[in-house]
Amino acid sequence: MLFFHTVTRHYGVANFTLMVPSITWWVITTIVGLLRVNGQVTVKKQRPVNLDLSTISMPATAKASILHRISGVALFFALSFVIWAWSESLSSPQGFEFVKSLFTGFIAKFIAWGAVIALLYHLVAGVRHLLMDMGRFEELGSGNASAKFVIALWVVLAVLAGVWIW
Amino acid sequence: MVVNQASLKRDGVQDFVSLRATALVLASYALFILGYFLTTPTVTFEAWQGLFSNLAVKVYTLAALVCMMVHTRIGLWQVLTDYVKNAKLRAILGFFLNLMAFAYVAVGFFVLWSV
Ligand code: HEM
Ligand code: HEM
Repeated sequence: MLFFHTVTRHYGVANFTLMVPSITWWVITTIVGLLRVNGQVTVKKQRPVNLDLSTISMPATAKASILHRISGVALFFALSFVIWAWSESLSSPQGFEFVKSLFTGFIAKFIAWGAVIALLYHLVAGVRHLLMDMGRFEELGSGNASAKFVIALWVVLAVLAGVWIW
Repeated sequence: MVVNQASLKRDGVQDFVSLRATALVLASYALFILGYFLTTPTVTFEAWQGLFSNLAVKVYTLAALVCMMVHTRIGLWQVLTDYVKNAKLRAILGFFLNLMAFAYVAVGFFVLWSV
């Protein structure tokens, strides 16, 4: 529930829907992880553990990083829709018209928008990542500034993509 | 340390390089497709099919799909190793995710074949 709360509050309900496949996976693995921890608690040394995300400070760099991970996983699952639509649209003129007609509806537009903005974030943050690999933005100040820039640029691009699709 | 990117045995350095090399190909392909949509006012079936019947575009698309498979094989492995501590479960999930990525490539291959 904590994860639910954190995601919806910080990243918005819209992005949340986009993340349903990855969240399903996250929930399954978390449950398995918890079962394992339960089995080990009595054996392992008790250590103080803080997993309450709402009390852990999330600087821009941390947000940029986790969003890159989420967008990468979301993109992987979104590809199933993208590749299906691509395959159908190339199969025949009827298939093309069918996919085109789907895009008059909200759900298809929303899925397309979700895939596009996941790609946009992963792309923009990926370029920042590559620049950091080459030694840029690795100081506290420039790291924070570039992380904020990446998130802000993404929000602008996401709105533009929304305008473009609708 | 011997670093041979062409060797079949993988290590962290090779994963690092492969992830970034494939990222560059994927970025260029994404910009290519985005550019196509932005510069084509109305995409008709003929134009759309014409695009993918071009041999160079076929090769580029297949290359992007294979790069996607390599990229997510490494990327999803990183995510799995971080969150799934049970080795057996991680192997099973990884297997299915890799199978899914392969299916993407295979579907793409046959679509390109038939265009
Ligand atoms: C195959 C592709 C590429 C290769 C082999 C390459 C190689 C290099 C090398 C060797 C350096 C010097 C690194 C250093 O001084 O620490 C460098 C610097 C740089 N590269 Fe690349 N690069 C590539 C792609 C890119 C791309 C795609 C971008 C932009 C998105 C980029 C942006 C930069 C920048 C901004 C620097 C300056 C970094 C600094 O001054 O610290 N490069 N690159
Ligand atoms: C088909 C498209 C793509 C998919 C499905 C995808 C998926 C992923 C996934 C799942 C990860 C692992 C995330 C993590 O470990 O936190 C990842 C990492 C990465 N991706 Fe992508 N990606 C795609 C395209 C791109 C593009 C276009 C770029 C280019 C800028 C890119 C750059 C990166 C980089 C630099 C990493 C390494 C992050 C790290 O080491 O923490 N990816 N990708």
